[in-house]
Amino acid sequence: MIRNVRPHITRNEELIFERSSPGKKGYQLPDLDVPEIDPAKALGGLVRDEIEGFPEVSEVEVIRHFTRLSTWNYAIDLGMYPLGSCTMKYNPRINEAVARLGGLAWAHPYQPEALAQGAMEAIARLEDALCEITGLDAITLQPAAGAHGELTGILLVRAYHEANGNPRKHILVPDSAHGTNPATAGIAGYQVRNLKSNDQGMIDLEELAKAVTEDTAALMVTNPNTLGVFEENIARAVEVLHAKGAMVYMDGANMNALVGIARPGDFGVDVMHINLHKTFSTPHGGGGPGGGPVAVRSHLEPYLPVPRLRRGSQDGQEVFQWDYNFPHAIGKVRAFYGNFGVLVRALAYILAHGGPGLRNATVDAVMNANYIRHRLRPWFDLPYDRPNMHEVVFSDDRQATKGVRTGDIAKRLIDYGYHPYTVSFPLIVHGALMIEPTETESKLELDGFIDAMISIAREIDSDPQLVLKAPHLTRTSRVDEVSAARKPVVRWTPARASETSPAPDLVVAGDGIRRSD
Amino acid sequence: MLDACSLASAEDLFRQIPAEARLKRPLALAPGKSEYEIAEYFRSLAQKNANGYASFLGAGVYNHYRPVVVDTVVSRGEFLTSYTPYQSEISQGTLTAIFEFQTMICQLTGMDVANASMYDGSTAVPEAAMMAVRVTGRHRILVARSVHPEYREVLRSYARNQGLPVEEFGYDAETGQIDLADLESKLNGETACVILQCPNFFGIVEDANAVAGLAHSQGALAVYTFTEAVSLGILAPPAAADIVAGELQSFAISPSYGGPFAGIIATREKFIRQLPGRLVGQTVDTHGNRAFCLTLATREQHIRREKATSNICTNQALIALMATVFMELYGKEGLRELAVQNLSKAHYLGDKVKRRFTGSYFNEFVATGDGAPVSELNSKLLERRIIGGLPLERHYPELGNAALVCATEMTKRSDMDAFAETFNA
Amino acid sequence: MNYPEDYRYTKEHEWVHLAGDTATIGITFHAQEELGDIVYVDLPKVGKKLEKGKSFGSVESVKAVSDIYAPVSGEVIEVNEGLATAPEKLNEDPHKAAWLIKVRVDGSADFKNLLSAADYQSYIGAET
Repeated sequence: MIRNVRPHITRNEELIFERSSPGKKGYQLPDLDVPEIDPAKALGGLVRDEIEGFPEVSEVEVIRHFTRLSTWNYAIDLGMYPLGSCTMKYNPRINEAVARLGGLAWAHPYQPEALAQGAMEAIARLEDALCEITGLDAITLQPAAGAHGELTGILLVRAYHEANGNPRKHILVPDSAHGTNPATAGIAGYQVRNLKSNDQGMIDLEELAKAVTEDTAALMVTNPNTLGVFEENIARAVEVLHAKGAMVYMDGANMNALVGIARPGDFGVDVMHINLHKTFSTPHGGGGPGGGPVAVRSHLEPYLPVPRLRRGSQDGQEVFQWDYNFPHAIGKVRAFYGNFGVLVRALAYILAHGGPGLRNATVDAVMNANYIRHRLRPWFDLPYDRPNMHEVVFSDDRQATKGVRTGDIAKRLIDYGYHPYTVSFPLIVHGALMIEPTETESKLELDGFIDAMISIAREIDSDPQLVLKAPHLTRTSRVDEVSAARKPVVRWTPARASETSPAPDLVVAGDGIRRSD
Repeated sequence: MLDACSLASAEDLFRQIPAEARLKRPLALAPGKSEYEIAEYFRSLAQKNANGYASFLGAGVYNHYRPVVVDTVVSRGEFLTSYTPYQSEISQGTLTAIFEFQTMICQLTGMDVANASMYDGSTAVPEAAMMAVRVTGRHRILVARSVHPEYREVLRSYARNQGLPVEEFGYDAETGQIDLADLESKLNGETACVILQCPNFFGIVEDANAVAGLAHSQGALAVYTFTEAVSLGILAPPAAADIVAGELQSFAISPSYGGPFAGIIATREKFIRQLPGRLVGQTVDTHGNRAFCLTLATREQHIRREKATSNICTNQALIALMATVFMELYGKEGLRELAVQNLSKAHYLGDKVKRRFTGSYFNEFVATGDGAPVSELNSKLLERRIIGGLPLERHYPELGNAALVCATEMTKRSDMDAFAETFNA
Repeated sequence: MNYPEDYRYTKEHEWVHLAGDTATIGITFHAQEELGDIVYVDLPKVGKKLEKGKSFGSVESVKAVSDIYAPVSGEVIEVNEGLATAPEKLNEDPHKAAWLIKVRVDGSADFKNLLSAADYQSYIGAET
């Protein structure tokens, strides 16, 4: 049986375990310069048998395997991601280079402070920059991602309320909110009360006034909201909440619309998180790492996680120290100081843009989204006719009359060489298409995307099946998510190998190549 | 473009923002710098950190050699700049790599299922505790005092807000292992889980199955955590554990002043629907080809919202990819050989200095200073460009003048000799 | 679609069939149609006490979860174990073979407040 019959891009590649054979090695360790210890003697009965099933391959096999795998991915380096609320902007490579500098990459979190001043300075500079950008007074860089930041922020809110005698019982979450918001409130030990948006998709001040009581800990708001619209009534909403001693938490996922234009601290936000892997260009890496700093107004500062960075000076030199002496702190939300490698990348991004550059990026981002809105408006239903900022949300109502939904359009977009936009979110829009281009995309790229969307809209009229069965040109066609959920198989096992070994010839639609034997 | 939108100027883009909310001055940030200036600036920062020092620090973050190929792979734009693999058809690279990762974590830990990564070990532990609470319906958490101090602090921060009491049980003053009698006295029918670390913070190897047996006798779950993943190269995996929640930083992840790292959480088949975070599953496409996709998403925040198993969304995919490449390069034999080298190096040094505990240890141990305080010894070592072990008085004052010392395959014999010389003087 | 006349229905799309003091409970054809391919059913254990109107489990498709609410109060006496390995039965035969649980009811007064087949069909007709 011939094993390889196609170029790698559509070959049915095996898993690394299926390429493995005993004795192959991809490593070489130096000889020991000390006597070798017998594990059985040193560890008694606690020595393991071999790691069954673990791969044995050579370095070139590892390189080829992962290089091939990588070619099956879409990425920012390949093209635009119009994903709403994800801010998939270009990941500058200088950021990668500086994060890998030995003195930074090999720094141990417990090395003596005198030998960590460089790392601590980077943290200090980022703290300062983010406080200036958000208009808030203090910040923690500990949280590892947005959701982690949300949890930290809500824990700060709770600590404040507890210190004031009443922890309060619930958090208000708009029905347009990202799923992490209510999930976070639950983990923080609060009940979630859903706040219905008004018919403009924004905060309903009347509903809010009814909902806020002395048991409300906070409102979690995203601004601009998940429709990409600035909450015009944010100042009044803040008043309503503060009047009852409740706070305003802002989900900073949409900061790409605000940097240099408006500062959450200035319009009344008490606490917010920032997504470094969105607004500040750190790479998504297929699902992380991220960074979720939390900035606060001064009344929440005493509760920030420890340690906090102390700035001082000695002989005219800046000196940094870690200070654990904060008796009211909520403790730690993770070990050590934060995703330092991500912090370095974010700082490099901020330094490269500078004040004017960051503002320009915001203007470009909002401009790009508006350009898309205006050119696609004749083709797709716009459920909320409000000025949008860095993202725009359409609905699939018009296309649904032909039986085609947002998910299908998204799949067809893949055939044109684009990653789909955000599908079916926010939930307050029926069949949502949420599009955020970011400032990275030139008019040329945007026109390409827009033309593709218009072409698909036309296809839905003339040949809906083409869209319903998409994608047609990808390495795999639509996958069976139902079976994956009914009978989850989440690891490879040797026993299963015989029934699931791939055929040597990947069947791809439309090219007539048959399976070989 | 402004014309296409029927807008007069860029200012019009922001017309819906109320005037009082607008920032009326430029951001107080210096103008943008060139790439060269940025490279220079960070180089100067890197210079202010330790460079070229030998280090005996471990304590949850370990110096292990990072094969060059790891960065070659993760620097590929298709991995570095790709999004979460929600669209299976154009993410098979990421999904396949995660499936291999999940498989290898199971093989290493002896568990049935593992997720696609958590933020780090310190946050994986409270997630495991919350899983145990969901599964057992009980609310008390017992954690060993020999679990990393920062992990215990994070656990407390999470548990406090869910109304989950956390109690500690101690270690034997002689062996450094868990005091089983103390554990037994604190276990009861309200205990959701018992959490232990192996090797523990002192580097001592625990009898994890004995601890698990005790936990099970009271219907509690056994949660096993680790900070030194290389130990799994020779240590027996925790066969009796219910949940494993550990840290993979040792697998080609730079210490990077504390992050980003990659936590893992793995468990028994029967608990799969209680796992937090992303899971990649195997399936087929419409032509019957094997393919992978994110699965059991109904556990997660974007569907379950306030009833989700966790709020985690973005995890540590690229860092987990580093560990995946590392595991495939070293493989079955390599991980074992690496572990034996670590064991040998640490024992070479451990035999030269006075150790506090008699229990078996892997690549870390607690050294006690007879005369001068540990901080003074560390200062002397710094003069020789050696960073000494972690003084333990802050977290374990009962241990007196003690330091946690680590030696890995990267530690040179000559540096160990110098360390011993200074320490014993 | 045939909605059995001798069943009663809820606005949350459960059906219940009473025989003596045993109530058999399931979800309606409409419910499974809305959910799509069902991948998992989370059901209570035998012996669990249910309170009318409160959630006692959930039904999952790939992209959605729906809570199931008790149409009557009582104690669970039997659970349809077959659904654990073949949740697709809920799509195939939601009104008969894919019943969810059997409950010993306390007080059949509850039963009268539920919708008849005709009322339920009007209700879902109005919804869509």
